[in-house]
Amino acid sequence: MNWISNYVRPKINSLFSRREVPENLWTKCPECGTMLFHRELADNLNVCTSCDHHMAISPRDRFVRLFDGGIFTEVAVPDPLPDPLGFRDQKKYPERLKAAQKATGEKEAMLVAEGEIGRTPIVAACQDFSFMAGSMGMYVGNAIIAAATRAVELKRPLVLFSAAGGARMQEGILSLMQMPRTTVAVQMLKEARLPYVVVLTHPTTGGVTASYAMLGDVQIAEPNALICFAGPRVIEQTIRETLPEGFQRAEYLLDHGMLDRVTHRKKLREDLIIVLRMLMHLPPPVAADLPAPKPVYVEPAPVDAAATPEAAPAETPKQA
Amino acid sequence: MTYLEFEKPLAEIEGKAEELRALARKNAGMDVEKEAAALDKKAADLLRDLYKDLSPWRKCQVARHPDRPHCKDYIEALFTDYTPLAGDRNFADDHAIMGGLARLNDAPVVVIGHEKGNDTKTRIERNFGMARPEGYRKAIRLMDMADRFGLPVITLVDTPGAYPGKGAEERGQAEAIARSTQKCLEIGVPLISVIIGEGGSGGAVAFATANRVAMLEHSVYSVISPEGCASILWKDAEKMREAAEALRLTAQDLLKLGVIDRIIPEPTGGAQRGADTAIAAVGAEIATLLKQLSGKQPADLIRDRRQKYLKMGAKGLAA
Ligand SMILES: [Zn+2]
Repeated sequence: MNWISNYVRPKINSLFSRREVPENLWTKCPECGTMLFHRELADNLNVCTSCDHHMAISPRDRFVRLFDGGIFTEVAVPDPLPDPLGFRDQKKYPERLKAAQKATGEKEAMLVAEGEIGRTPIVAACQDFSFMAGSMGMYVGNAIIAAATRAVELKRPLVLFSAAGGARMQEGILSLMQMPRTTVAVQMLKEARLPYVVVLTHPTTGGVTASYAMLGDVQIAEPNALICFAGPRVIEQTIRETLPEGFQRAEYLLDHGMLDRVTHRKKLREDLIIVLRMLMHLPPPVAADLPAPKPVYVEPAPVDAAATPEAAPAETPKQA
Repeated sequence: MTYLEFEKPLAEIEGKAEELRALARKNAGMDVEKEAAALDKKAADLLRDLYKDLSPWRKCQVARHPDRPHCKDYIEALFTDYTPLAGDRNFADDHAIMGGLARLNDAPVVVIGHEKGNDTKTRIERNFGMARPEGYRKAIRLMDMADRFGLPVITLVDTPGAYPGKGAEERGQAEAIARSTQKCLEIGVPLISVIIGEGGSGGAVAFATANRVAMLEHSVYSVISPEGCASILWKDAEKMREAAEALRLTAQDLLKLGVIDRIIPEPTGGAQRGADTAIAAVGAEIATLLKQLSGKQPADLIRDRRQKYLKMGAKGLAA
């Protein structure tokens, strides 16, 4: 009974991955300053209820709200060599990695999963900006290759959510080498004639934009996401002039022909379902196929969450 | 001769020898040759010592040396019938990128490279070797042509990085680089890349995703400039020496990592002190690498290139 293990896994995952919950349970919108109650914000997909500003959402929370019923299975990502260069700046790279793992509850900056959206089977990969600025190193490269390989294996489309400050400098040239590596992954999908849809989220910059994030068959961005190769500060320093309002934002890129669509996070799932079903020659979605996953907000779990009765039954079907 | 900061002691000795000889020319009968020759020898020894074990930061300085031979010098010296082909057929011709048809030892090839320029006028014209989207799109067009007509592609990499400008971003710098890398991975002809100076980040990888990558001994290839890395990770741009060290951007480290395949030796004191020797060595290496790849089927060339990148990074520095 595979579905049972699949079904319970996200719940357990969400208990484990519960990020640091703000003590006061209120978040201030960085755009309009409105104080938002954390539950209300989570139920609204981390979009400000007052000004529609799209705040960061963790890959796990995104998947829980993307896949039918919040059900998904993680796709394993091969571990790269840890700290391949023995890199040390003010801190050692392994220490920075550990700190990021502790802060996010995730292993690295990308999560890969398979599941269904509106009964459309897909593989999805999502980059985690809160993990070392979503930076692309060997792990992220391996994750994208694993995602493409799995999609080809299952003959499913790949949906990729990008978010990155750029390259993982601590992996030096090997982070740069993820540009060709991830491009090979995209080519695997192309050769298998499987759709590759990129959802660019705030911010997507540097080598990430200049590789897999710009190679989608369909390019969708979330509103007001910063999408660029060189960041606005670098450009201002180079050309010594102030950049226009909205420069390098999603709507600006749409105007300049670099994107297919800019879609509100709440409409994104529907957009993806409609587009992917056409590209996969599936019949049009019917309303009944499109129930948005139920809000899955759970109250912050106690530290020993794994031992609570809610999580316990998970072990049984998995072992069976 | 432009001396680098770390070559200052050398500049002093060579200056002294020069002065002595100038003095002797003015004062007939004054014999300084013995003394000057001793200084020459001292300078030669010092030069050899300085370049024997260059630190990564010094290599960055050498790689950026203004007198180092540039793409144009290599093309003029190594190729015949060089016929530049201009334009991306969309917007403009990018003068930071040279490219066209040429013959190498009589065999037709497509050659593409970054050109930095060698004086104020040409540097501005070439935008200091920093390409805009048009440059990458011109390269894509040329690689495509090479693929259709079965011509090997040779890329000469020498760029601080892609140009961070307003228009460049508006016209899709990221997309152009992504497509150029993709084109490198798609073509069924041999693709050989030589990093002759600076391999600056995405602007370099867009040309250097090749079957074989060779690097001049004192060239550098990095995800970010040491100055940029220092200001981000150390919050202090002056820590570029530490950053250069940590980034492992030298040809010697990159060979260990399997990112490049060959190191091409430079004359003592760097390519800027022996352009002809450096250029000839690069020419010989390209010929050798081309020979290794000749006769391979297009599908095999594509597969080998992809496999090489899929496997890259697995072995670390330990080897
Ligand atoms: Zn707001």
